[in-house]
Amino acid sequence: MSEYLLELRGVKTHFPVRRGLFFDHRVGTVKAVDGVTLQIPKGEILGLVGESGCGKSTLARTVVQLVPATEGAILLNGTDLTVLSRRELRAARREMQMIFQDPYASLNPRMTVYDAIAEPMLVHGIISAREASREVSRLMEITGLAARYVRKYPHEFSGGQRQRIALARALSLRPKLILADEPVSALDVSVQAQILNLIGGLCRDMGLTLVLISHDLSVVRHLSHRIAVMYLGKIVEIGPAETVFTRPLHPYTQVLLSAVPVPDPDRRRSQTVLRGEPPSPLNPPPGCPFHPRCPVADDRCAATVPEFVARDNQLAACLKIH
Amino acid sequence: MALLEVDDLRTYFHTREGVVRAVEGVSFSVEKGETLGIVGESGSGKSVANYSLLGLVPCPPGRIESGTARFGGIDLLRCSAEERRAVRGRRISMVFQDPMTALNPYMTIGEQVMEPLLVHEGSTRGQARERAAATMDSVGIPDASKRLSDYPHQYSGGMRQRVMIAMALITKPEILIADEPTTALDVTVQAQILALIKKRQQDLGMAVILVTHDFGIVAGVCDRVLVMYAGRIVESAATRELFRNPRHPYTKALMASMPSAHAKGEELYTIPGMPPDLARPMTGCPFAPRCEHAVDMCRRGATALVEIAPGRASACLRVQAGEL
Repeated sequence: MSEYLLELRGVKTHFPVRRGLFFDHRVGTVKAVDGVTLQIPKGEILGLVGESGCGKSTLARTVVQLVPATEGAILLNGTDLTVLSRRELRAARREMQMIFQDPYASLNPRMTVYDAIAEPMLVHGIISAREASREVSRLMEITGLAARYVRKYPHEFSGGQRQRIALARALSLRPKLILADEPVSALDVSVQAQILNLIGGLCRDMGLTLVLISHDLSVVRHLSHRIAVMYLGKIVEIGPAETVFTRPLHPYTQVLLSAVPVPDPDRRRSQTVLRGEPPSPLNPPPGCPFHPRCPVADDRCAATVPEFVARDNQLAACLKIH
Repeated sequence: MALLEVDDLRTYFHTREGVVRAVEGVSFSVEKGETLGIVGESGSGKSVANYSLLGLVPCPPGRIESGTARFGGIDLLRCSAEERRAVRGRRISMVFQDPMTALNPYMTIGEQVMEPLLVHEGSTRGQARERAAATMDSVGIPDASKRLSDYPHQYSGGMRQRVMIAMALITKPEILIADEPTTALDVTVQAQILALIKKRQQDLGMAVILVTHDFGIVAGVCDRVLVMYAGRIVESAATRELFRNPRHPYTKALMASMPSAHAKGEELYTIPGMPPDLARPMTGCPFAPRCEHAVDMCRRGATALVEIAPGRASACLRVQAGEL
């Protein structure tokens, strides 16, 4: 038995890019996830941040095997998911569930709340149809949905309530790991607070392990124990949440944090406005992936791929850290 | 005299489910060169109010029921289509939230940026092309003259938003209405776009109406703020004053529910209940059912935005009565 619930070893997810109608040929590779190694102990909330296109969503999808990993190992409770047969994988998926950003798109509009929540349990055969009703009520209660809504359809709910339904559905299999991909990004501030409280409370009460993906750094900071920062398919910094926020090591983390607007007019900071946009993962730069936009990069950064440097339990991949 | 003076604007949508009072008696003014923030959650009427000014509310089902919007001697709400066309996209222009859908996918970027000049100023294509390239260059699009013939799908999200801004600024407008201009963008690109709007604002001396749901952005760039709830303005104040001492319970509650206002892991403050259904008739303060300070008079009396200090107004009856 491994001490980690989830362990990633050198995970790569590459997508071939093809051109041509009749003479289909490969013209390149998008390296969406490019060598991620990560250990997540049981009960931890890990925040995963980065700009769009950095590979954070692909990484989550790779973990649950919605997209196959090109290389590397994904160990859930010590079992490598990448080598499992379809049947074994289906059993393993019970342990991990995903919550998506858009609760308007992730629920089947033709299924009632009851069907949406009961379906996973019936598919996996963990309860009989007779027991389902009690279990659905229980799940609706812990996610804050009134029992009278059980026969309603998704379009009758607000965004926040739909995200509660998605959460109830995800929890129905009693998973150990939840991967939440921007779970509150589509919601208003006041509703966002309700859903974040709910997610935080459920993790605490049920001892869940959570990978929380968000581009909103204040959301991630609020809930996470540790934070991993991704850039162009690689983790560039990882460490305890407060340390990463108050003392970021990697220049990219520093720039990312300084770009967040602070709701305090007396602290209009001189922001380091980052030049340029994230480069395409189709054609990543050599050396350190961040060097073309980095404020402190020099010639060495363009040539050498940086290794992780550790300071206490904070790791950052930058040549400039001594 | 204010540059733009909106008084008692009401925009309703006449739907099968009833009359949705999206904007219900909104009054505000915009001064030359200032940045006015309008904050509120979805459905608060902040976008519809701005669409109403430019005649962009689909009619039917929308209808402007009352109000005036004085801008340079004309009333934007009652002027002829011709008069409005002379203002829209020329003296007042708009940047929309989603640069993916706001640009025409069948037209080249150059054609779209040149269009305001061809329509409003009768420029020749040669002149327009030159100014389009110069404007795109000024909003930070590299190799602008070479990229005029590209189509929108060849641009990234951030670059498309720059194109939108170039289109809006090419006629040197007096007011730029930016409706959630950075919501679809990454924080790093958001910082670039906000800095760009600020810089061009200083260069051109234009006023900016910035519609957003993000108090961080308000704090960073706005001079004055309107807070909207259920189609009404519930509070208006100078930015610093608003953050120092919010004078409407809704503003206070909204600020309190942001994660950054909490210690790590602490239970986030949440506003009980849900925003009111705008298709139902309402009595009293629209926020009263969710307000922890509500008393009897809040549920019965009519509310109005009343000045409570110089440059500050609140629609809270209890604040007006000096009780809060």
